[in-house]
Amino acid sequence: MTRILSLGLFLALWQIGAWSFGPHYLPTPLAVGSTVLAEARTGDLGFNLGATLARVLAGFTLAMVAGSLIGLALGRNEALDRLLDPWLVIVLNTPALVVIMFAYIWGGLNEISALAAITLNKLPSAVVTVREGARALDPGLDEMARVFAFSRWRRWRHVLAPQLAPFFAAAARGGLALVWKIVLVVELLGRPNGVGFKMNEAFQLFDLKLLLAYALPFVALMVLAETFVLRPAEHAASWWRRYGA
Amino acid sequence: MALEIEIARKAFPLASGGERVIFGGISLSVAEGAVVALLGPSGCGKSTLLRIVAGLDHAFAGTVRNDARTIGMAFQEPRLLPWRTIADNLRLAAPALTDAGMREWLAAFELAGHEGDVPGQLSLGLARRAALARAFAVGPDLLLLDEPFASLDRALHRRLRDLLAARIDDEKSTARKITALIATHDIDDALLLADEVIFLGGAPARILGRLPIAAPRGARDEELTNLRRLAARFQVIGAPENAKSEHA
Repeated sequence: MTRILSLGLFLALWQIGAWSFGPHYLPTPLAVGSTVLAEARTGDLGFNLGATLARVLAGFTLAMVAGSLIGLALGRNEALDRLLDPWLVIVLNTPALVVIMFAYIWGGLNEISALAAITLNKLPSAVVTVREGARALDPGLDEMARVFAFSRWRRWRHVLAPQLAPFFAAAARGGLALVWKIVLVVELLGRPNGVGFKMNEAFQLFDLKLLLAYALPFVALMVLAETFVLRPAEHAASWWRRYGA
Repeated sequence: MALEIEIARKAFPLASGGERVIFGGISLSVAEGAVVALLGPSGCGKSTLLRIVAGLDHAFAGTVRNDARTIGMAFQEPRLLPWRTIADNLRLAAPALTDAGMREWLAAFELAGHEGDVPGQLSLGLARRAALARAFAVGPDLLLLDEPFASLDRALHRRLRDLLAARIDDEKSTARKITALIATHDIDDALLLADEVIFLGGAPARILGRLPIAAPRGARDEELTNLRRLAARFQVIGAPENAKSEHA
């Protein structure tokens, strides 16, 4: 209820702002809404939204899988961790823009370079989060599993995975927010479609209506994913903690 | 199965540098089917010995001959999987356990009605019982119990000890031979549960003496005073002041 009220207040403030600054500085919610509808009717909105969404999903999945594997390896192997940790710090602190530009210059303006840039930008934070999880594994439970001769699969499924699940969920939740922002920059710099590309077009024309007409649906989509997929997943990952174990 | 333990040296590195020698030469053989209590002050190396026997600690000089096929162990903490129910915790450790077997072990440790609970819903006493049930449920030929009653209130401690004594006798009455090592700092636990009490003490720890007990477990309550007197020969333990100076 409070959320709906809060959204309503936001719309009201936006409307007041649009009235006082004029449509050149801030188009009214209604004008943006009708642009969204117009873009949707031509199929432009769906096409570009779809292209961006596909990039987000692909980059996110790649970064999560690779980041989890590297994070697990670093968390379990101290020598490897000492060796690679400085690299991780370097990549973590390299601006996303630099990685994107290098990817495009080295790989050309194509989909693979775009995907590589997206993945590389998200990778280090996934590694760091999952590494924390691998470090926090309970050695007591590991010993228990060894004494009772748990099979490899059983140990992974029932001892390790439940301990790592909250870290995977945290990495995923933080990751999605990061990835979609990076995808827009990647599209803006070197792709012929996608929300980022359309935003660039709107910027060239100083068309605020078009800018918002692409930004808002995409934000809404990400908020929905966060609310209905990622947050419940994170909650489910540590359900047993609610029993105060 | 018999157990032969020969530890020439076992030491732990200290945070301040250097190391603390836990065992500087200790040898112990346990006959098949024997229930042996390791009695000594806290920190004297009982847990370390159990961990070495369990194969969890290989960083020592010496040999352990242990041909147990199945080990059942209860650690000092219950070490149940917090995200699995009690029934699943038992089943994961003992995949061959039948439904009837499950009910039997839950009943034996007075856990009936708790099979669907996760460990976080249980009191420490219940969690300890679940851990003991798990150790028995795997059908072990070697049973390792590390301070099975630590930090329980006295009434629960006694009840659980009686339960455990009854289970040991039950197991012994079957054809299977179950060898057990029980680490404890409580002299009465040792005297009431074991066929033989091994007194550990000193630093590095050595065997101060061995006391075989022939009386049946069920009939020891009346004899406890006598047994305590016998145990006093080795003593250090049971007299907390001595134990402390020994430990220090």
